[in-house]
This record gives sequence, structure tokens and C-alpha cells, in this order.
Amino acid sequence: MSDASLNPTDLESDAQFGDYFALLKPRVMTLVVFTALVGLLAAPAEIHPFVAFCAILFIAVGGGASGALNMWWDADIDAVMRRTAKRPVPSGRVTGQEALSIGLALSGFSVVFLGLATNWVAAGLLAFTIFFYVVIYTMWLKRWTPQNIVIGGAAGAFPPMIGWAAATGGISVESLLMFSLTFLWTPPHFWALALFMRKDYDNAGVPMLTVTHGRPATRRHVLIYTVLLAALALATGFTSAGGPLYLSVAIVLNVMFLKGAWEIWQRDEHMAETDNYAVEKSFFKLSLLYLFLHFGALLAEAAVDRAGILWAGF
Amino acid sequence: MALKPTHDLHDRRYGRNLGVGLTLAAFIAVIFGLTVVKVTRGDFESPRAATSASGTAAETEDTQ
Repeated sequence: MSDASLNPTDLESDAQFGDYFALLKPRVMTLVVFTALVGLLAAPAEIHPFVAFCAILFIAVGGGASGALNMWWDADIDAVMRRTAKRPVPSGRVTGQEALSIGLALSGFSVVFLGLATNWVAAGLLAFTIFFYVVIYTMWLKRWTPQNIVIGGAAGAFPPMIGWAAATGGISVESLLMFSLTFLWTPPHFWALALFMRKDYDNAGVPMLTVTHGRPATRRHVLIYTVLLAALALATGFTSAGGPLYLSVAIVLNVMFLKGAWEIWQRDEHMAETDNYAVEKSFFKLSLLYLFLHFGALLAEAAVDRAGILWAGF
Repeated sequence: MALKPTHDLHDRRYGRNLGVGLTLAAFIAVIFGLTVVKVTRGDFESPRAATSASGTAAETEDTQ
């Protein structure tokens, strides 16, 4: 008898490589990679292309590690939410212990190798981001306060700062502006999701604003945070990080975003149920485009600046 | 009982083992590439070596 036949039921459901990869939240990782890449490329410093590639890779692995630790801790509430029930841990494909081990190992690995590849300021920021997302957000704020998304959003806002630090070795006004843009974008993005996911957060007992303060209050908060975000996004256009190209993109996107937030605020649950939350869903989709295009415009501004310097050199 | 060349376990875990193997190979390639870049750029030179190198360069310039 081989040891493989000792517990056949467990072995029937061997986790595949894709299940372990899913622990790293690849969809969230795309946002991390993109914003970190913009931070890195927009920074006024030369970085070797292969070192830049390694920096982005280690930042992505660090982000993935925090995702695995989040899935380890939140397996109980993930299991009761329709959106998250198929994740590897609640579905039983990967054990919680495996998720914890992978998360811890990749956290240490990513921080150390980012430090070795670039500098220890960037590595320190990555370590703090993982700590903030796992301990401050996942373990503490998420189940305690309806402001969980607001404060916890900082974790998702750090990648451009890490990318910037990887290139320059420090923090600057521009990298703080990129941080603030993602930080203020997170609440309306997630509250729009909470509005149309309806029962998910209620069933899980997560104190989302929709659960603790009701849907009209959530709609009001979406509008307030969108106004704050628009003010910041437009003001960024007048700083050294912005420029005419960024400002043009920001004006169009923020008018659209403010219009969407205004419509969400004007609606009540009866209207939303009638069209199956069409406005909330389109606002959520727009929020994804909003962030990608803002960061794309920041990257384009940096490219234009570089091209201008090169042109002046001829 | 006939000996099977591979156990059912090996078939079930083939994809997973292949993924882990490829990930490790990619990791080695990344670390190797990073080392090559760091060494060729002189990132691993000790401060004393860098100082003496720049001092030698300065002396060479003085004598020219």
C-alpha cells in the first residue's frame, strides 16, 4: 500500500496550479501592476529596463501575497458571499493553511527581492502595504467599521508610490498625488459594487455602509467622495505630474463620473430594482475605466516630458 | 499485480508539478538576469573600490 491510498477522498480534489495562482487575486494584480508601472515610468529617474521589470514583478508578487493572506483570513465570509464563494479556500480546493503558508512565503520573498533589486525605501513601502492590507484592513477594519473601504483603500493606493520609490529611492509630491487619486477613487468604486451586489455583504455580516447606514446614505456618500475625487483629479492637472493632455482626459472623465454619481444619488431602491441597478453597474464599470485612463494620462504626460527633453537635446 | 509506470497521483498532479517547475525555472532566470545587470553596472563594487577607481581616473586626468 502506498501513502497515496491512505486518504483517497482528499487526493481526488488535488488543487491545480491555477488554484494557487487564483489565491493571488490576478484581477486585482492587474491594477497593482498598471499603477506601479505608471509610478515607476513617470518618475524622473533612469532605471535599467530589466531592473524595472523585476521591480514590477516583485510588487505584483507582494500584492498577490497579501491577496492570499486575505483569502486565508476571510474564508468564512467569502463562503457566504456569492461573489467570492468560488475562491480557492472557501470552495475547498486549497486549504487555509496552504493559503497562509504561500502568503507568508511570498510576502517575505517579494519584499527582500524588491529591496535587493531596487532599494529599501521601495521594499519598506511594499512591506507596509502588505501589513496594512492584511492586518489593518482585513483583520481589523473590514469587520469592524463601515469606513473599512475608505481607510483600507490606502493599501490599494500604495503601488504607484512603490513604483516611484523603486525608480527614485524616495517619496515626492507626484507620488503622493498618485496615491491620493487611488485612495479617493476606492470608496465610490466599492460602494457602487455594494449597492448592486445587494444581499452579499448583509449575509456575510460585513459592516459595509449599505448594511450599517442604509442605501440612501451610501448613495449620498458615493456623490460626496466623487466630488472630492474630481477636485483632486483636476487639481493634479495643474501640478508637475499633470499637463494639458492629462487635464483634457481628467475633465472628460470627471464630468462623466460626477454625472454618474449624481444619478446614483437621485435614485431610490425602487428605481434601481426596476432597471436591475443599470446606473450603479455602469458607474462601477466607468470607475474601472476612470482609474486606468487617469494613470494612462499621467504616463503619457511623463512620456511627453521625456520626449521634450530628448528633443531639446538635439 | 502489474506495475503501473505512473500512479494516478502523478497524472492528477502533472499540471501542478509542471507549473511549480516552470515557476522555479523562471525565478532562476530572473535572479540570474538581475545578477548580470547588477554586476555589469558595478552595483556590487565596495565603496573603497569605487573610490579608488574614481581616484585613479582623476589622477589619469591630471596627468593628461
